[in-house]
Amino acid sequence: MESMTEPTPVGAAEAPPPSPDVPAIALEGVAKTYRSGREEVRAVSRIDLEIAQGEFFSLLGPSGCGKTTTMRMVAGFEDPTEGTVRLKGADVTRVAPDRRDVNMVFQSYALFPHMTVFDNIAFGLRRKGTPADEIRRRVGEMLELVELSGRERTKPGRMSGGQQQRVALARALVNRPSALLLDEPLGALDLKLRQSMQMELKRIQRDVGITFVYVTHDQGEALTMSDRIAVMNNGSVEQLGGPRQIYERPASRFVAGFIGTSNLLSGSVADASGGLVTFPAGDGGAVCATAEAAVGATVEVTVRPEKIALHTARPDGAGTRSRVPGTVREVVYLGASTHYTVALEGGGPGGGSAAPELTVYTQNAAGTDDGPVRGDRVWLEWSPEHSYVLPA
Amino acid sequence: MTDERRPRLAARAAPYLLVAPAWLWLALFFVVPIATILSMSLMSGNLYEGYSLTWEFGNYAAAIGTYWEQIGRSLVYGACATVLCILIGYPCAYWIAFRGGAYKNAYLLLLLLPMFVSFVLRTISWKAFLADEGVILGTLKGIGLLPEDAYVLNSAVAVVFGLAYNFLPFMVLPIYAVLERMDHRVVEAARDLYAGPVRAFTRVVLPMSLPGVFAGVIMTFIPTSADYVNATVLGGAHNTMVGKVIESQYLVNNAYPMAASITFVLMAVLLVGIFSYARALGTERVMEASAR
Ligand SMILES: Nc1ncnc2c1ncn2[C@@H]1O[C@H](COP(=O)(O)OP(=O)(O)OP(=O)(O)O)[C@@H](O)[C@H]1O
Ligand SMILES: [Mg+2]
Repeated sequence: MESMTEPTPVGAAEAPPPSPDVPAIALEGVAKTYRSGREEVRAVSRIDLEIAQGEFFSLLGPSGCGKTTTMRMVAGFEDPTEGTVRLKGADVTRVAPDRRDVNMVFQSYALFPHMTVFDNIAFGLRRKGTPADEIRRRVGEMLELVELSGRERTKPGRMSGGQQQRVALARALVNRPSALLLDEPLGALDLKLRQSMQMELKRIQRDVGITFVYVTHDQGEALTMSDRIAVMNNGSVEQLGGPRQIYERPASRFVAGFIGTSNLLSGSVADASGGLVTFPAGDGGAVCATAEAAVGATVEVTVRPEKIALHTARPDGAGTRSRVPGTVREVVYLGASTHYTVALEGGGPGGGSAAPELTVYTQNAAGTDDGPVRGDRVWLEWSPEHSYVLPA
Repeated sequence: MTDERRPRLAARAAPYLLVAPAWLWLALFFVVPIATILSMSLMSGNLYEGYSLTWEFGNYAAAIGTYWEQIGRSLVYGACATVLCILIGYPCAYWIAFRGGAYKNAYLLLLLLPMFVSFVLRTISWKAFLADEGVILGTLKGIGLLPEDAYVLNSAVAVVFGLAYNFLPFMVLPIYAVLERMDHRVVEAARDLYAGPVRAFTRVVLPMSLPGVFAGVIMTFIPTSADYVNATVLGGAHNTMVGKVIESQYLVNNAYPMAASITFVLMAVLLVGIFSYARALGTERVMEASAR
């Protein structure tokens, strides 16, 4: 039970039982403009987002696109210039951070250096007036969850980056908030620890069933962990969808370029029939895509590197597959796979522009001999459904 | 064997050689004067017949017996001025560090500006400031808020205020240094974890800034309790501090051994005070208690 002196935070689970389809977090036309002197920075422009309860939601985007600002408006550290922030349906736009039922895991952890691990984790519970024995029990459970049992008397300064990260996570999770906000929590860790912490975070999120809002600029991280991703650019959401959708059906050139390595090809449609369009590419090659477009229209397609097959001679067969000739510029052997960079011949379809280069990933299955080497002429081939036409 | 050892010896000696100038400096300007005063404090004689080291421990008994009142008063005034400095200086440092924005350095300069004026002159200007019919008292009396015979000058209050005024920057600067370096996200984390502004301050900002307060207390308490200018200029005849006693024993009475032993008594008292203060405040237990 909460003590009487500390009122229940807005949006807390103890409030009227929320129906499961009320979004844990809703942003309605939220915008933020930073003003300093005469200078104005539009950090976030009119974002609309609904994040479902129990969802692992990622905000993904390049540096400076407004991810942290969005997160800080949900936590209550920044006042939105426009719009409404809702937690479980309740308007919290003007509610102070200590009265909001969300907790934040800071990129720099922001642990209290003068307190032990135990006191760090117990901080939120003590502020809410939780009885001492319950605090002891819940902090103990949390330490077990993040595998730090026995370290409660340690000061954060004497722990490794990964351990501090887990303390920061436990300190937020122990309060059982309706949503946990994580701002690039793995940013400071090395690759190996990062990967194991990704698994760990995902496991914890499944175990406790709390909504996670995860900020990252690492697209691999977002793709592996999220239920849904919002790709942000310049303060607005470019695309909202599941990892697969975002990866395979990017809504814009920006998303296609930002998520994974993508190959962009464009040209004017030479043939359109039966839901297939074809345009020339390279020297005597052609790109086929499943799309509706008029002959003569300019289309732009993306192809993922792993969808492309590499041949040393012109592949034969029906004309519904994309076939493009090129010269190998770069071969990167990575053990399980090899990455090729292939320059198209004939100046590319764009006319004046430099010859486009395509990236191709091939799996190194057992028994295959050495593939093409630098300077070899090759043919690239892929099926039309993998030529994803970008919306104009 | 020796071939291998020689470079290692040089490598081991290098740090000592590097700090040698610092040690020499300390020896010359700290150890030598202290040793001189210590031996002086155990001498007997007078200016005309000369002084000789006779291990005259009675000097100490005489110093304490005669001047315990001034020593005690100095410590009390120093402590009051230090507390006043914390009460004024902490909010000041906090405001500059957290709210100063782009003008932090300008505010610090404003704080330090009085230091460009001679210490004695500043104190004398307070004399005019606090005079019975001066800016403050005169005005207050004029509008009837104070009785006509009210005074501040030549009282303990004037001395403590003068001391606090003169040494305020020594309190503000170390606290500012700690607050300025503090990661603001730690404060946000406290707010995020259901602490209101007051709790965030008492549980996080204040305990984290204690090292700065500690440094500030040392930097104000020691010089304020040893100061004699403020007591002389603002305190009048009844509020003599030990610094004044030492000065007149040295320069007026030429009673060097007595002056030296008072100096040592004061030093000993301050050292004991600082060490017990450090033990009380510096231990982790106090910090942990504040975490609750
Ligand atoms: N306090 C502030 N005052 C002024 N401008 C700010 C402030 N905070 C952020 N900005 C600006 O707002 C924009 C978005 O910043 P934000 O920190 O949200 O980006 P981000 O997506 O989190 O980037 P990163 O991946 O580098 O952390 C940037 O152009 C930034 O310069
Ligand atoms: Mg950021």
